Amino acid sequence: MKAGPIRVVLPPHLRALAHVDSEIQLEVNGPVTIRSVVDAVEASYPMLRGTIRDHVTGERRPFLRFFACSEDLSHESADSPLPEAVASGVEPLLIVGAIAGG
Amino acid sequence: MSKVRVLVGTRKGAFILTSDGKRKDWKVDGPHFAGWEMYHLKGSTADPNRLYASQTSSWFGQIIQRSDDGGKTWFQPGTPPGETTGPGGMPKGESNKFVYDSANAPLTTHQWYDGTQHPWEFKRVWHLEPSLSDPDTVYAGVEDAALFRSTDGGKSWHELSGLRGHGTGPNWQPGAGGMCLHTIILDPKDPKRIFIAISAAGAFRTDDGGKTWKPINRGLYSQYIPDPKAEVGHCVHHIAMNASRPGVLFMQKHWDVMRSDDAGENWHEVSGNLPTDFGFVIDVHAHEPETIYVVPIKSDGEHFVAEGKLRVYRSRTGGNEWEALTNGLPQSNCYVNILRDAMAVDSLDSCGIYFGTTGGQVYCSADAGDTWSPIVRDLPAVLSVEVQTIA
Repeated sequence: MKAGPIRVVLPPHLRALAHVDSEIQLEVNGPVTIRSVVDAVEASYPMLRGTIRDHVTGERRPFLRFFACSEDLSHESADSPLPEAVASGVEPLLIVGAIAGG
Repeated sequence: MSKVRVLVGTRKGAFILTSDGKRKDWKVDGPHFAGWEMYHLKGSTADPNRLYASQTSSWFGQIIQRSDDGGKTWFQPGTPPGETTGPGGMPKGESNKFVYDSANAPLTTHQWYDGTQHPWEFKRVWHLEPSLSDPDTVYAGVEDAALFRSTDGGKSWHELSGLRGHGTGPNWQPGAGGMCLHTIILDPKDPKRIFIAISAAGAFRTDDGGKTWKPINRGLYSQYIPDPKAEVGHCVHHIAMNASRPGVLFMQKHWDVMRSDDAGENWHEVSGNLPTDFGFVIDVHAHEPETIYVVPIKSDGEHFVAEGKLRVYRSRTGGNEWEALTNGLPQSNCYVNILRDAMAVDSLDSCGIYFGTTGGQVYCSADAGDTWSPIVRDLPAVLSVEVQTIA
């Protein structure tokens, strides 16, 4: 399946590292999953490698979570299809840092 | 006219403080990397405009930043600005990548706080030490303890695995701040000799450029470990050396200020008349190798200066006889700490001494400690201070 532009919202610190001001848009070939979207993020913004997933294990960093369409997808398989609204670019995938502070 | 550039790492960003040789009027630039923990920044002596910085976060991991213009602009060396794909599909973003060399030193375990064994896990870079001769070569001391080196200006990092692979590794344990390699001293007279220190493993030395390492902890006595005279396990907080005398080392251990006159083979205590010999920082005057500085901290349970007084102590006799330096420092209601990498000296004729506090003050003395004044008072908690003397 050839998906449309995927929208991803990065946490502010990663936006600063990637030199982007707002959400990013990416092309993803094949199934739209957490893994394929983060692969595409890292391909377009290689300075973010290691900041979302561990360099060695490829696992999501523990203080980050993935949300889309009001659902917490953090504990879904990285290879599960993302909701159709994300795959079609209607809704963004949100990469969110755990809340710090009280 | 000479000028000084002070590189300050804090819990919430980096700051660059500059002044002329008088060190009275300061320009404050920052925060750089606002919101990130900046464990350490250091400049190359071979090219003073080449700076390296460790940017880290519990959320996003480790980033290495580099500046080639004295801190005006920064970039991640594995991914230069404007470049998103490498030639021939070379992987980018490599400067963030610190992977233990498990091929040459299997990933073993170290002692956890409760005495059980725990696997080595990379967490962050505590200290960056540029080569004395090549701006593109830089060493990184990391948590969990290991030494990495880059020879391509920070683009890629490779572990000197002989250290982590040392047979004593299972007896190393984390201090309160984690099991960090925090001190790297390059011997200016012998390029193959490096000293490092780890909390809480102790001090080690290589004489072959990092292939093999030897614990150098004889003479240390630590009551908080099962064998107080053990070969490893000592919580060394920092080591300092004057470049003119590479064999003479001064150490602030958890408790005790120590001295070695034989490149770490033997240590003896020089705490002398200090009011408390717990502390983190230690440094040596740039031109007087027997003049050393510490900031005593009340205790390991109370990480602030004693009696509410911020006092730097100076010994002009290589230890044992200490004088309190208080002129310009708060002498009441002060309860800050000074962390292990947060003191530095410049090399101007009248040696400048600098330190930063967990209260966000950075103090400067332009007269070797006789008088002090704050450069800034209200930064985030200071993690590290380095100074460059620029002709």
